[in-house]
Amino acid sequence: MGNEAFEPKLVGFLCNWCSYTGADLAGTARMTYAPNLRIIRVMCSGRVDPQFVLKAFKEGADGVLISGCHPGDCHYQEGNYKALRRHRLLSKMLEQLGIERERFRLEWVSAAEGAKFQQVCNEFSEQIKKLGPLGLNGGKNERNET
Amino acid sequence: MSATKPKVAFYWCASCGGCEESIVDLAEDILKVVEAVDIVFWPVALDFKKKDVEAMEDGSIAVCFINGAVRLSEQEEMVKLLRKKSQLVVAHGSCSHLGGIPGLGNFWNKETIFRRVYQTTPSTDNPDGTVPLEKTEVDGKKLTLPSFYDTVYALNQVIDVDYYLPGCAPPRDLILNAVQAILEGKLPPKGAVLSPNKSLCDDCDRNETKPEKLAIKEIKRPWEVEIDPEKCFLDQGIICMGPATRTGCGERCIEANMPCRGCFGPTDQVYDQGAKFLSAFASILDTTDEKEIEKIVETIIDPAGTFYRFSLPTSILRRRRMEAIK
Repeated sequence: MGNEAFEPKLVGFLCNWCSYTGADLAGTARMTYAPNLRIIRVMCSGRVDPQFVLKAFKEGADGVLISGCHPGDCHYQEGNYKALRRHRLLSKMLEQLGIERERFRLEWVSAAEGAKFQQVCNEFSEQIKKLGPLGLNGGKNERNET
Repeated sequence: MSATKPKVAFYWCASCGGCEESIVDLAEDILKVVEAVDIVFWPVALDFKKKDVEAMEDGSIAVCFINGAVRLSEQEEMVKLLRKKSQLVVAHGSCSHLGGIPGLGNFWNKETIFRRVYQTTPSTDNPDGTVPLEKTEVDGKKLTLPSFYDTVYALNQVIDVDYYLPGCAPPRDLILNAVQAILEGKLPPKGAVLSPNKSLCDDCDRNETKPEKLAIKEIKRPWEVEIDPEKCFLDQGIICMGPATRTGCGERCIEANMPCRGCFGPTDQVYDQGAKFLSAFASILDTTDEKEIEKIVETIIDPAGTFYRFSLPTSILRRRRMEAIK
């Protein structure tokens, strides 16, 4: 399959205080960027349970983004550090389960960084286009043995 | 044999035999069970055959205890047959409940497992590269073997399951409670795991030694340190699955000074035991420095195999992606 035709499905968990506002800023400033990211607003990047990430991949996401406040700026003091630690450990575990590290990304985007949000979206979409579909397909292919 | 005694069956799939042992380990209590029921099928102990089960009326077995995961077509066929013949099916033990240790085979597939087992292990001497075939001919006679699946399944991924007895193997008090509840008809709602719905830490004797805020900088494997027999394992830097594991086991491992490995699976509130443990564990790592975090993560040798030691087939992803297996 030619990857030109492939439009990746990306799921983004954005924190309420910084990254979601940053994404809003990109919108109100009429910046154009790749439309592949489906945004889910969470109160804090530290709220993102690793189960959410696995479920997103399982249900058909080709890539998952977690985005929160810059280190030191977390509205809840250290939620973003928790997100950082979980991200590094989960990336390693995902690799063991056959999901490339590039498909799971963590970015710090502040409320003032509309342009950075635009850049992250574009880069991430481009990267996943190159990697191709993940193909977990909501588990539809799971029992083809009997 | 009285006609009024309920009929009970036991069966095993991909398992080590420890769950069968857990029935035998009921010791004299098994006599009470035997007094109250008729055992109509138990391949490990009694000489009944598949055709005997086929001859039974549908629904005539009151309860069937099945241990082991499903990895062969034969196991699937047998559990489907037993499901038809039984009013209740109890998944007995971790493998049947969660996929268990055989479920770790889901990091591989049939081809890679066969290659390893029949060709590349250091102790293999197989110059002709013989591997088991589903069909083969010997002296003009056709022989068949069950087919080996790429994926290991927990019992409820193959048939409908009424109750789960967790554990590797389930402890005797849980088995006896389950048998009694069935005999007295005092059963919890269908689908229940027959063990208390709270985490192991809640019952752990070492809970008192746990500091208010767990914070660790170094991960240690059990053989690397002399383990303090009183102190919380996590506080000693040893990975203990207690926070993400259901209690009811009687803390057999903890009492033997070994950390919890998670054989009871998650509580009802949690879907994916490994992910939930990862979440908790990452949050107690005591650093905010990116480089240091990465260094610590490097020392966790096999997170997927450790956090999903018993539950890979019932995790959200269930297995390593087939396309990623070489």
